[in-house]
Amino acid sequence: MSTPETSSAATVGTNPDLTPPSDRQILSPDHDAETLTNKVSSIVFGRTPLWMYGVFALSFSLVGLLLISVVYLVVKGTGIWGLNIPVAWGFAIINLVWWIGIGHAGTLISAILLLLNQDWRNSINRFAEAMTLFAVACAVMFPLLHTGRPWIAAYWLLPYPNTMWLWPNFRSPLMWDVFAISTYGTVSLLFWYVGLVPDLGTLRDRAKNIHLKRLFHSLAMGWRGSAKHWHNYEMAYLLLAGLSTPLVLSVHSVISFDFSVAQLPGWHATIFPPYFVAGAVFAGFAMVMLVMIPVRFAFGLHDMLTSRHLQNMAKVTLVTGFIVCYGYLAEFIFAYYSGNPYERYAIAENRPFGPYNWAWMMLIFCNFLAIQPLWFKKVRQSPVALWVISFIISIGMWLERFVIVVMSLHRDFLPSSWDRYAGTIWDWGLYLGTIGFFFSLMFLFIRFVPMIPMSELKILLPEARVKGDGHH
Amino acid sequence: MAQLFGPSSNIYSKLSILIAALAAAGGVTLVMAFERSPYRTNEDVVYTQPIKFSHDHHTAGLGIDCRYCHYTVERAASATIPPTEVCMNCHSQVWADSPMLEPVRSSYRDNEPIEWNRVHDLPDYVYFDHSIHVSKGVSCFSCHGAVNEMPLLERGASLQMKWCLDCHMAPEKNLRPPSEVTNFEWTPPADAGDEYYLELAAEAHVAGQERLWSCSTCHR
Repeated sequence: MSTPETSSAATVGTNPDLTPPSDRQILSPDHDAETLTNKVSSIVFGRTPLWMYGVFALSFSLVGLLLISVVYLVVKGTGIWGLNIPVAWGFAIINLVWWIGIGHAGTLISAILLLLNQDWRNSINRFAEAMTLFAVACAVMFPLLHTGRPWIAAYWLLPYPNTMWLWPNFRSPLMWDVFAISTYGTVSLLFWYVGLVPDLGTLRDRAKNIHLKRLFHSLAMGWRGSAKHWHNYEMAYLLLAGLSTPLVLSVHSVISFDFSVAQLPGWHATIFPPYFVAGAVFAGFAMVMLVMIPVRFAFGLHDMLTSRHLQNMAKVTLVTGFIVCYGYLAEFIFAYYSGNPYERYAIAENRPFGPYNWAWMMLIFCNFLAIQPLWFKKVRQSPVALWVISFIISIGMWLERFVIVVMSLHRDFLPSSWDRYAGTIWDWGLYLGTIGFFFSLMFLFIRFVPMIPMSELKILLPEARVKGDGHH
Repeated sequence: MAQLFGPSSNIYSKLSILIAALAAAGGVTLVMAFERSPYRTNEDVVYTQPIKFSHDHHTAGLGIDCRYCHYTVERAASATIPPTEVCMNCHSQVWADSPMLEPVRSSYRDNEPIEWNRVHDLPDYVYFDHSIHVSKGVSCFSCHGAVNEMPLLERGASLQMKWCLDCHMAPEKNLRPPSEVTNFEWTPPADAGDEYYLELAAEAHVAGQERLWSCSTCHR
């Protein structure tokens, strides 16, 4: 397949010698096992590109903002936030739901698309899974920090025989969150790491520095790539995919119970679990595209992250976006059909015409109108258009949680208790700080870990498709 | 290519899994044990005081009742740290020139209270009332330990919430006739069984679970 020139010239940057992949292909036809490994591992072993220093400078300074926001919060308490009765849940829960949702694309790509034999997932799954891990890391900060004393939260949340002789309230959805998110984080980490082991073996073999070699060797846990290793690996990977699959649906369902189990108009709706899960996948795919499109451009990865990848992701985004919009519609139907004046007011009057109607109208723009161009193939083929739409969706999904949390709380049953809510500078500081934390981790991952699974891409090569089941 | 690691690293890598599991379990056990130990709870720890006051000498030795000094215990939340005047009731006559008691006399002279170090200090979010406990027949010694045997006062219990609840879940085990709460020589009758204690609880009208287990009984 490859000429000697292509295999030796495979470096960072677009390789002019490679035939560009067609609209349907998920890999350039010129690639072979060697060129693939050369290209992906050269990102890890090469020098840090100049533009990355800029990204790190920006995201590390936002991490600094995160540290300041956390320290000031711990010193002063949650009074520095905009929370007060009646809006006792604000940015912290909005950001928790937003971040956990973003992680869901990773699990869907890794687990469900694997079980459905969608081979295009092979190029993007590690990237999306890393996103899942880092998004969960950002998400868990909020429930811990909103207690004001995070070191105490750790032992309040977990059930164990303590000196207070008290157990957490197992009937509370907030308790279910603890289990849902910790299970999600653990399984995602295992899944990501198990998938990484063969590539760590490759890095060990290619590292020049003896200390680096030893490090990768330890991380690869003695991976030799024998047939027995591959057999065990594939079995473990499949089992973890099976474990992760229900989590795609269950985690955000449990998060939605935080709201739907309560009796507040605007929260108490049966549509919530599927509506939240679809919203999570929707936001997650948007975030994958948001990060992947610039990275694909910067490293010239058009031969591995092809137009077909972007088009497929755009289609998933369009479908899940429509499920989310169905949720918006269903809320109106519930409000009308319930005959409950409070629910009708909360959904059909306060949202479109209340004091926060700008948030609701922007939400409809971001999550409904802005995704309509995805119907057109020309748009799905344009990385710039997809990037812009992904950016709008990410804002829209944040606004969705703002609409659900704040707009339901600020005007409840009793008009005398109505009030307004706004995040303070510290709310925004913490939120922007976690965004910086996320991008710091994301780009450290891109710099030091093969972001495209080399071993899984080789399965897609023509020579891997021999008679029988000769994957490797 | 030379081997990166020798054959012995196989056993080390497997051992490291075991060690990590043991370290995690051991770490948790250590923290939980520490939380329950006197290092954390100050149970049985002697507190230094401005005057070497001996509860042993004054109660077991001289036979003074607890309530002579802690005189609000039957009717108030606090049992009262006695004011200097209570000390001077006797010590204006007895050991009136003892150098050891000079801080008491100077406190009386200058009208400055003695600054005792509080031994049994509950967190401020706990509403504790001595009077209800004493009037239902919970003895001083149930919580404060054998004060009559302490030359220098120690903390009699951990004061952890678990310890409070141990009694609130089965209060009858710590009951005696209310008239005997301060009597350190009292022992239950030889034939006292469960019924004896349940009867004490019934006679004193000790509240049921719904009161004693409720969060807001102690956290108001």
